[in-house]
Formats: sequence, structure tokens, C-alpha cells
Amino acid sequence: MSDAIPTPEHARFGSNSGEALSRRDGHDKVTGAATFAADNTPAGTLHAVYAAAGIARGRVLTLDVEAARAHPGVVEVMTPADPPKLAMDPENKFHGFAFRFDCLQNDRVRFAGQPIALVVGETLEAATEGARLLAPTYEAETPGMGFDAEAPYAPEAVGIGAAPAASKGDMEAGIAAAAQVIETRYETPAQYHNAMEPHAVVAQWDGDRVTLDMPNQAPVMSRPMYAAFLGIPPENILIRTPYLGGGFGSKAIVNGPQMLAVLAARKLGRPVKLVLKREQMFGPVGHRGATRQDLRLGLDAEGGLTALEHKALSVTSRFDEFIEPAANASLHLYPAPAISVSHQAVRNDVGTPAPMRAPGEAPGLTALECAIDEAAAAAGLDPLAFRLRNYAETHPMTGLPYSSKALRECLELGAERFGWAGRPMAPRTMRDAQGRLLGWGLGVAQFPATFFAAAARATLRADGTALVETSGVDMGQGAWTALAQIAADGLGLSIDRIEFRSGSSDLPDAGIAGGSGHTATAGSALHSAGVDAIARLAEIATEDPESPLFGAGNSGTVAKDGRIHRRDDDSRSESYADILARAGHATLVGEGSASRPASAGEQHAFFSHGAVFAETAVDPDLGQVRVTRMVGAFAAGRVINPKLVRSQLEGGMIWGVGFALHEEASHDPVTGRVRNGDLAGYHVPVHADIPELTVLTVDEVDPHVNLLGVKGVGELSITGAAAAVANAVAHATGVRPRRFPIRMETLIG
Amino acid sequence: MNRFDYIRPASLEEALAAGARPGAAYLAGGTNLLDLMKVGVAAPALLVDVTRLPGLDAIEETAEGDLRIGAMVRNSDIARAPEIKALFPMLAEALLSGASAQLRNAATAGGNVLQRPRAALLDGMRGDDRDLAVLGWTDACACVHPSDFAVALAALDARLEIAGAAGLRAVPLADFLSLPEGAAEAVPALAAGELLTAVVLPAAAARVAGHARYVKLRERTSFAFALVSVAAALEMEGGRIRSARLALGGVAHKPWRTPAAEAALAGAAPGPEVFARAAALALEGAAPSGDNAFKIELARRLVARALALAAAGTPARVPALPASPLDADHGAPAYV
Repeated sequence: MSDAIPTPEHARFGSNSGEALSRRDGHDKVTGAATFAADNTPAGTLHAVYAAAGIARGRVLTLDVEAARAHPGVVEVMTPADPPKLAMDPENKFHGFAFRFDCLQNDRVRFAGQPIALVVGETLEAATEGARLLAPTYEAETPGMGFDAEAPYAPEAVGIGAAPAASKGDMEAGIAAAAQVIETRYETPAQYHNAMEPHAVVAQWDGDRVTLDMPNQAPVMSRPMYAAFLGIPPENILIRTPYLGGGFGSKAIVNGPQMLAVLAARKLGRPVKLVLKREQMFGPVGHRGATRQDLRLGLDAEGGLTALEHKALSVTSRFDEFIEPAANASLHLYPAPAISVSHQAVRNDVGTPAPMRAPGEAPGLTALECAIDEAAAAAGLDPLAFRLRNYAETHPMTGLPYSSKALRECLELGAERFGWAGRPMAPRTMRDAQGRLLGWGLGVAQFPATFFAAAARATLRADGTALVETSGVDMGQGAWTALAQIAADGLGLSIDRIEFRSGSSDLPDAGIAGGSGHTATAGSALHSAGVDAIARLAEIATEDPESPLFGAGNSGTVAKDGRIHRRDDDSRSESYADILARAGHATLVGEGSASRPASAGEQHAFFSHGAVFAETAVDPDLGQVRVTRMVGAFAAGRVINPKLVRSQLEGGMIWGVGFALHEEASHDPVTGRVRNGDLAGYHVPVHADIPELTVLTVDEVDPHVNLLGVKGVGELSITGAAAAVANAVAHATGVRPRRFPIRMETLIG
Repeated sequence: MNRFDYIRPASLEEALAAGARPGAAYLAGGTNLLDLMKVGVAAPALLVDVTRLPGLDAIEETAEGDLRIGAMVRNSDIARAPEIKALFPMLAEALLSGASAQLRNAATAGGNVLQRPRAALLDGMRGDDRDLAVLGWTDACACVHPSDFAVALAALDARLEIAGAAGLRAVPLADFLSLPEGAAEAVPALAAGELLTAVVLPAAAARVAGHARYVKLRERTSFAFALVSVAAALEMEGGRIRSARLALGGVAHKPWRTPAAEAALAGAAPGPEVFARAAALALEGAAPSGDNAFKIELARRLVARALALAAAGTPARVPALPASPLDADHGAPAYV
């Protein structure tokens, strides 16, 4: 569990933030000592495996339950013939993060991979074979697949509750005023999160209380949702997420498989473990829906935008909605007198999409940044010059100032390091010594500096150490390290003097680990909790005649390295331990919370920015692409831990390479099943695909964005990287890829 | 997966007897069979573990001077073997371009040749068009043979040594796989209980060692099946091609040898026109099996490229990016 992590020895004092500390959990993870949720096996654990629908639309006609039950070691077979009881209908959209899920309530099949039965066994092998023996038969209907499956419709909201359309100015006037108009289309495929750690749960009931060991990006938020379905008070549920092996947005949502295991454990009175197989991660646990995006850009004679129109068609499921908000990417980056974005959706017989790594921004900015390159070429301007020519000094829609925006510096620094100057305008003009076509491309990265609401607690202890607690989740991004650095600073302690407890729903709510807002949000709460604890401690000391700090109330005090000092006389100080001992306190608790006031959004626009530069080599005859170097320069406010930030930004750039060149779920048009639903078929980049990555950060002092001046970096770099690669390929070959991932057949002409 | 029995016979005779039992399957590296068992596509009642059988784990010269690779030699060991690197470097390049290091450490020579197409995992679904065949396909089967190793072996006229109750027999690799009418995938020429015991490379095939390349196209640089691949090897004499060997992968249910193209190359001086003519002949009879006509043109271009690279000479060591046309040091398109 979280507090079992030995605190590494860092021989340093003073400010913790800004230090490039290695992950506190790194040693345990690389040695295998770290126990993930599914590594827990309570005594008497049963194993659950679900049978997955082999059709995408229709009904289950038969299941050979007898054969499954007869298999040695099979304990229980749950089917819609005896639907597990839920206290609330799983179709109920009672919460912004509530998505309809399939829990054996009826025999309907509405996507391939849907759970159609659950087999529980004494061993994983018994349950697995039991599930296979069910040998389902179906009444199959023809599934609707693809953008043109049926008529699109206008959704009421996109993403999580965002407006489906927005506009300013007169679009047709903007187009009419243009010296030239660029109309262009891009398509992006269905992509699946594919975290290394599969979705899993170990459910253990004790009366009407239940403990759920499960990877969960938002343990506190999930608790009332499970409570509503299970019909027990939220406080009866303990969700523990000791570590989380990647979530990317897919692990904050209640889903059918995990719920089934919880229900099976309740029914059988024994702990039940369920771990999704890799191929089962292509269906009931979310994905990024495919998009078809149409952009129209009006340009004046000098290359200034007169109009920017972005329409997105996003694929969602037949029975629920998550509309990839791709077109909204065009609201925040380029100024034009007329801007219009809108979304349509088309229903397919697929699992419901979900937020996935920069939902909206990743496909949306990829399309926009490719279209911007097309516009630059049409205007006869270098892509970098075009972007500077159309640089938004204030937010394009609202006119509000950005709380900070060092995009210009990112563009300039990145360009200098990359060696952008001298890039020939014409495509297909650069070759390397082997005769390969070389191209240079640029993509701007942008992501909102989100801020949720969080709470935290800091407890000073008699020995001068502190316990800090918040429910936050380390999903590989290094939260436990960065958040501990912030907490230590708030307490005026070296990081090795604090114990950090996290990843559990019985701790103060740190909000969701998502939206690239975890460090800012949970960090602000932790900082405030530390400040609160120190304020209480200082109050005790300054009112105590025995203390050297007595009477310092007016001049004030400063906390550093475990001691409180008088602000006006640094030589007069007292340790936290001494103050607590004399006051007779074993502990002293500080509470902190953080949220962004609604009014903040009326004063500033909050975004992180970056510029990604890529070079690609393309075989002129064969169309094979190789990314040969990438430089990314990013501005995301204050950097708490440069090492972790670099890793996050590198990771996003690699996601961008995968987006541009590899990732695509291939659906069988007949059955609707994903036919490359494993890691042999669904490709993400391997080491050999990734060139040397240069990651630069640009200082940004942002007094407005939040208490800490921190913006997020988790999703920022994916938003510029895919377009940088695509633009480099277009520059190398003279062929503009319009469909992602980019394939050889597109480039061989 | 189903419940099954497992035995590890100590001798070939014992193994053959067990392998002839109903529902038996031989288990070697397990990198293909176990995958199929996990998804229920294969459900053997008995696994006969042949990994420890004596005499199947060595690479050795035969009395006739041929090179015999025991069926249990691991893919990674073949690729590293000095005699392979010296005599049949194309095999090393093909092997190292396949799968991942972990899989190559487990997979055996015999298992590689016998691996089933990825279509076997598709449970009746048709594959993505770009993964399907453009040569020799039927309405029932347009899937492609997944092996890289087998393509290079086919080009080198490798023979397969097969043990059965009646003793040993040899089958040319080129004749080993056939596609009967209505079959969903190619069928190996193995009778019930027969065990593939070795892959034999004829001594004569070593004459192309100095001009032999395996080239493979795929979007991902590693751990991906070939969209199209080509094994090209030339026997050079006085600046002319004395004989040529050419096989294609990723385009048919089996490694695709190209006799007409090879004949056109014999006696010619290497050059772009000659290679283009050979490429055209190599793809004679090709037809799209779906939205994959591009593979025919891509294969033509890759044949020309592979021949150009082979003519330029085998690199002194296997390139850092094996079989990639984009390997900076060894992928130079010599005639383009």
C-alpha cells in the first residue's frame, strides 16, 4: 500500500519543488516489489472470467451453462437468465461520468466484446475454460459500422458536458472576404487506451461493506457511483488503488466487467478477482471514437486568417454517448474574425467511447495543425512564419488574456534547437545521403490548464515528521513524487521527513487523476494543508511565553527545515517537535482544499502550450516512414519536477508518433469485432520507432492559473506531435496524408 | 483453456508414438500453439513436449556438406550461429526482423516454419484487406503465411526433414505447404504423428552468401508481420548474375518462389532495368483479394529494391534495423 513505500534518502534540504527527484516508487516498480490491485489475493479468493459477445448486435440465444457448471472447479455461472440485482439501473445517466454498462440484465448484445455471462471458479484456469464452454449462439443483426453507417445527428453535448458548437463573427462574410479558401478533410481511427495494467478488481465483502482493490483514476468520485448501484452507503465502500499501471482516461468509469465481479463476490460470499484479458480491453472499457473532420480556412492576401471553420463527425455507440470533441480544438489557438466549430455524431454498434489521452485535442489539433500547414503553403509562407502571423495574443473567442502563454518562445526555442531556419518551402526537395526523402514538420501543442477540486490533510507528528494524505493516484506519471515535493514545501520539511499516503477512497478527495490537472489540483490542496498545519503550530508557539517565538505574532514567522523562525530574527527559532512536545500535542492536523473560483474563467484563459518539430525520412519508392528526430519545446507554468515533466512530455511525443504512424483499431465490417484486438495486431511504437527526443521547457511564471503556478503536462505534447510528424511526411513527399495512421499505400503514389 | 495431458518423451520413438495418439500436438517453443490454445482455437488433448529430445538442438554439417538445423534450435540461436552468419546471412536477417527478442528466444526452427497464419486467431473473421494475399489466393483463403524465416528458407531451397513411424523423409520447403480447395489456410505435408525434426540447407545455396538480403515492409519497425517481404539472393560471377533466388512473403499462403523472375535474372548484368523486369515477372498472376491492389505494386518495387541491395553485397554484419529499407547504413537503394 501507499505508506509502505520506503522513503528514499535524499541528502538535501530547503525547497523540494523544482528538484529532479527520481520517482519514490521507481525502485519498487522496476524490482517487482510494487503490488498492483490485482496482485492482492485474499484467502479464499475466487476467479471470475466473463464470456464476451462475438457479435456486435443482436441477442444471445443459447449458453451451455450446464457444460460450464460441470467443468471441475467452476463455482458459479451468472447469466441474464438470473440477472444480478442492482440498486439502480445501469442505464441511468445520473452523473457526468456515468456511462451505460452491461451487467447481464438482459440478453441483448450491443457491441462485440460485451460481457454475456460470468463464470467464477476456484482457479483462473477453471473459470477460463468454463467461460469457453458456454459456446454462445446468437441471433445476429447486421452491425452499423463506420462514418456512413447511418445518418449523423447533432449531439446535445460533446466530451464531458461541453457545448457541441460555438461560433463568433460571420463565417460566410469571413469566407467571402478571403483571398483564398482552403477546404480540407482529415480522418482519425478508433484508438484503444491499452494501458499496460489491464482493468481489474479484487472485491471483498464484509456484511454490507466492501473493499475494492482496483486501478481507479478517481477513487473518491467512484465511491458514490458504486454505492448507488450496490445500494449501500458510500462510506461502506473502500476503493484502494495502490498503484495504477496507466489509465489514460479509461479507469475513471464504472464498467460492466468490474461491476460483475463485485456482484459475484457479494452473491458468493467470497472474495472475487477479475482481470481483463488483453483482448477484452477492446470493448467494454472505452476507446477514442473515430473522427472525420472538415476544416475551412479563409486567408487574406497577407496570409491572415479571415475565417476558421471546423466540423467534426465523431463515432459513438448505439446506446450511449461520448462524442470526441475534436472540433473544439479550433476555439483556442488562432484568431480569426469568424470562427465556427460544430459536431455531429454517428451511432455504431461499438462499445461506448470514453475520454482518452487529450480527448478532442489529440485528433482535433492534429487536423487543425495539418490544415494550418496547408494554409501556410497556400499563402506562400513558412509554417512557422504563418503561425506567428496568426498568433493569438488574447483568446480568439472571448478576447480574454491568457493567464500566461509562452508559445512564441516555444516556437522560437524549438525552431532554433531543431535548425528550422533554411527549411525549403517546396516539398520533396530534401534528401539524405541514402537518397531518402526528408521532411520537416511543425505542430503546435495546446491543452487547457484544468483545475478540479481537491482536499488534503497534513499531520505534524511528535517526532517532527509529518503524514500527508490525499486520495490522489499515481498512474505512472509520478504523482506521488511531485505531490510529495509540494507537500514537503508546504510544511517546510525535507521530503524525507514526510510520509505520503494516497491512492485510497477513505482519504481526502484529491479529485480525478486526469485532464492533466492532478498536480495542480491535488498539489494546491496539499500545499494548503501544510500551510494550515504550520499556521496552527506557529500560533501555539507565538502565544507560548516559553517559546523563543513568543510574541512574534506581529512580525510573523517563517517555517523551514522543520523549524519555525521569527521573520525579523532568523536566530530565534524552535523545532516543530519541541513546540508540539511543550504544548502536549501528539499530533497537529492541518486541512487544505483547493478549487478554481468560477470568476477566474471570466478574467483569464488557462492553457499550456508547446511546439513540436519533427524530421521524417521517407523511402521514395516504398513509402516507408521513419521519424529521425524530434524537438519539443513546452511552456506549462511552474515545473515541480523537471525529470518527471520531461518523461511526461517525451511520453506524449511518443503517443503522437503512434497516432501518426501506428495506432488503429480495425473493425470487421461483418461481425463488428475488432480484428486486431491484441498487442500483436494493435500497434503502438516500439523503441526502434522512436528517435532521439529533445524536450525543452520554457519558463512561465503564472500568478493567475492557481496557487502554485502549475499547469499540466500529461496530455500536452501528444496534441502537437502527431501533426508535426504528418506535416514532416507531407514536406518530405509532397503527398498530404488525410487519414491516420499514415500508410505506405498513401505515399507510394 | 481446455484440460490436457502433458508428457515429455525421452526419445524420438517415444515422441512419435505419443504424437500419433488422437488429439495429440507437439509442443516446442509454444509461442504459437499456446496462443491458439488460450483463445480456444487449438484444444489438444495431449501436449507432447519435444524440446528436450536428443539430436534436435544442434546446427551441424551433414555428410553431404549441407547444413542441418535441428528443429528445436531457437530462432535467436540460429541468427547468432557463426555458420549461419557466414554461409546463410539472409536467414539471420530474416529471423532478426521477426517477432520480438523474447519470442525469438523461445521460438524454434520447426515451430517457426509450422506457425499458423494470424487468420487462425480471427475465428472466422476475414482479415484486414491490407493483410491479405495477392498471389495464389482462393475464395476460401486469402490469408498469408506469417513467417519471415520460411521466406528466406524457400529462397535457399531448404528441405525439411520429417520423422515418422516409417523413418525419415525429406520434403522441399517449397512443396511443404499446399492450399487444397476450400481450405481456410495452407496445410503442411505432415501425416498424423509425423514430427518435423530439422531444416536442411543445401551446400549449393551458400554460393549466394555474398549477395543475399531479406527486406521487409511494415509500418512499425519491429515486432510486426510483413506487409510485403522479399528474400533476394544472387550468385555473381564476373560482374554478372550466374543464378538468382527470389521469394516473397506477406503476399500468399506460403513463401512465394518466382521461377520466371529468377530465370530472367540468370546471366544478366545487374541493373535497374533487369531488376524491374524480374519484379514484373515475380508478380505475374497477382490479383487483389480485396482493397489491396497497392500490395502488388509495392511488392514489385520491393523486389527491385531487394535485388539492388543484394547486388550491392551482403553487409558484413546484420544491420541494426534488420531487413528495413530505412536502415541508414545498409538500406541505401543502390539503383534508385
